[in-house]
Amino acid sequence: MSGRPKLVRNIAVVPVASGFRPYGMNHVAKKKPLFLLYEEYEALRLCDYEKYTQAEASTFINVSRPTLTRIYMSAREKIAQAFVEGRTIMIEGGKVSFDDEWYVCQSCHCFFNNPSEDEATDECPLCGSRDINQYER
Amino acid sequence: MKVAITSMGNTLNSLLDKRFARCPYFAVYDTETQSVTFVSNPAEKIEEGAGPSAVNLINSLSIKRIISGEFGLKIKFLLTELKIQLVVVKNRDETVGNLVKLLNKKYNKTIKSI
Repeated sequence: MSGRPKLVRNIAVVPVASGFRPYGMNHVAKKKPLFLLYEEYEALRLCDYEKYTQAEASTFINVSRPTLTRIYMSAREKIAQAFVEGRTIMIEGGKVSFDDEWYVCQSCHCFFNNPSEDEATDECPLCGSRDINQYER
Repeated sequence: MKVAITSMGNTLNSLLDKRFARCPYFAVYDTETQSVTFVSNPAEKIEEGAGPSAVNLINSLSIKRIISGEFGLKIKFLLTELKIQLVVVKNRDETVGNLVKLLNKKYNKTIKSI
């Protein structure tokens, strides 16, 4: 039996790096990387970097306040573990959606994303209108 | 480039199916020839894992853009990896023919401008 499905967590800002690596530990055997979920990164960013309260952060991510606290706790535990054990942190995974991935066309009102990062989107893929905006929730 | 539209039937008058993997047909629009072919979707009646098998079909037809009403959670990651663009149309009563008209207009323009 599987539990209740998780709510989708909203991520406002995509992390600049895909992970972090310790240095100066050539003498120690390489350890397995540790996976920090996107939602954990986002919780840490909102609570510690942007200095929002946990209740405020939970509304941004679109989960309940207690869930946000659990995500935040898990993030801190993972980071502490990585620091102490000298492990690589990889930021990936989690049940998330990114805010800045979606665009909306003002002419035909469709939504679309842009999977190829190297090309900028300047027109609607459906009607070809250039009147497009970043989608804001 | 090929564009897939999720469709409830196999004519241009069919409505856009608002589900991606469970639609009975994909209308495949070719931007070069501006023609439409209908492909039936074998994943429609599968009980589980309809999403990934529909993605396989889409990928094997080398489609680069999908127009639908909604996409499941597992799908977005798969499609982003394959660099397939998602287009979400929220209007429930849109017909496949209407969307094809929009695409025709767009690609006629681009051809002329070149």
